[in-house]
Amino acid sequence: MRLNGEKIVKYSLMLVAFSALASLLLIAVFILKEGVPFMIKVGLKDFLLSSHWDPQVGKFGIYPMIIASLYVTLGAMLIGAPLGVAGAIFLNEFVPKPVMRVIKPTIELLAGIPSVVFGFLGVMVLAPMIRSTMGGPGLSVLAAAVILGIMVLPTVISISTDAIAAVPNSYREGALALGATRWQSVHMVIIKAARSGIIASIILAMGRALGETMAVIMVAGNTVKIPQSVTDPVRTLTANIALEMNNATGLAREALFATGVVLFVVIMILNAIALSAIKNKVRKK
Amino acid sequence: MRIPPKITQAIAVTILGTATFLTVAILIFIIGFVLSKGLPGVNAEFLFSAPKDMGRAGGIFTTLVGTLLLPLLAVSIALPLGVGTAVYLCEYTRETQLTRALRFGTDCLAGIPSIIFGLFGFIFFVVMLKMGWCLLSGGLTLAIMVLPTIIRTSEEAIRSVPNPYREVSFSLGATRWETVLKVVLPNALPGIVTGVMLAIGRSIGETAAVIFTAGSSLRMPSSVFDSVRTMSVHFYILATEGISDEKAYATAAVLILSVLLVNLAAYGMMHRFISRRAK
Repeated sequence: MRLNGEKIVKYSLMLVAFSALASLLLIAVFILKEGVPFMIKVGLKDFLLSSHWDPQVGKFGIYPMIIASLYVTLGAMLIGAPLGVAGAIFLNEFVPKPVMRVIKPTIELLAGIPSVVFGFLGVMVLAPMIRSTMGGPGLSVLAAAVILGIMVLPTVISISTDAIAAVPNSYREGALALGATRWQSVHMVIIKAARSGIIASIILAMGRALGETMAVIMVAGNTVKIPQSVTDPVRTLTANIALEMNNATGLAREALFATGVVLFVVIMILNAIALSAIKNKVRKK
Repeated sequence: MRIPPKITQAIAVTILGTATFLTVAILIFIIGFVLSKGLPGVNAEFLFSAPKDMGRAGGIFTTLVGTLLLPLLAVSIALPLGVGTAVYLCEYTRETQLTRALRFGTDCLAGIPSIIFGLFGFIFFVVMLKMGWCLLSGGLTLAIMVLPTIIRTSEEAIRSVPNPYREVSFSLGATRWETVLKVVLPNALPGIVTGVMLAIGRSIGETAAVIFTAGSSLRMPSSVFDSVRTMSVHFYILATEGISDEKAYATAAVLILSVLLVNLAAYGMMHRFISRRAK
């Protein structure tokens, strides 16, 4: 009787354990089901490579949004990746342990600040600064890239820190014993050994930046146009979905789900690359 | 000419140090700026009176209630699923093809952006299940969103329970489930609570997934089938529709303080957990 109870528990727990995977599949199925038929109806070429977005007259080209998302995400990486990796190296290699134990959680708190607050600061502080120094409307590719660059810092720092901390101490000692300075041991040995973890942190951060919505809507300006300079306003894929969701019906709503499909697929690929980079690392050890 | 290693070392440390300092400075600036602009507008009346005239006047009480209810609902759905998953993965099975697939699912779910959760919650809960914009639609959507956080932290907490604890329990004749209930879970509790706090923190700050599933009604909800507006959504609407900068700053101050307090509690809990294990 008692053993039977154990079996029931085991199988119910097994069922529960499928919840995350099942949710993932459910999400994938519903986004695809709403978006893919639209792509077939409109034609992949007219959807992905046309610059004419006007749902009211049945034009659904998201090319400008794809370019906008690309620029904003790459811009964010140009800011967030060097700053974050530098921070991770400094905290691990050049700062006494107790100091690191205070600074690392402080930086991780940055991850808790809601994205709407980042966006608001972009509007109130950053955009006016860009407007007065570089011209343009202020709400721009540059503003979005800077805000996203700051937002991804905790992701880059925390995963890179873990990767660097996982490098065995004997590597450091070996380099130092050969007469290397701290910095030589870092850039010749430690960065190479932690490379895959650092790359994973940057790719995961890219996924974050690409998927961020609210902060981007607030600071990017949302004009559907291929930007000519960093001070031009743009509308990203995520912003396109969120902005039009409330009043879209029929084909226009399907277009937003199709935009979601593009986003979903790209982010899944990025995550898969990052996850396999982390996994390879684990296997090597 | 080669630059002497001592000098490159000094240059590198200066650059890396500046980058780190910059990161910390930005964090302090953001929090300091919002609090200094917003806190003067926060008082008991602001917290405990309902918004009037779309938020132009009055307080934020109904959104405070929404911010309390929605994360609690999300966590109470995600907690049993997440802890159950962690217990299964840690206590009931070895590494197999299946567990690898389950872990992969969790990792992927964690990487999905919140707007996709919003789209899914909208088409599935709001439209297909005909639940409409309501507390329950929002809670279920957020529950899926925070599930990976709860699974991961619970897994870590359960794995950190030393094996002799389990062995003693088995040797006393306890079954696996009894051991899980009476030995493993109580000892893993602080770690699990940390996960719950992180999940609540994330739910409080979430906007994109909430606005399309829970709606943005300013009325006080009377059941889970009523629409609610959380502080994040309220703040977003105040800020983007140019309703009131003053109220927006004050709302942002309350929002940041709530998230920071919840996250600090989570870190405090984790710290106590780790230092107790180290003894």
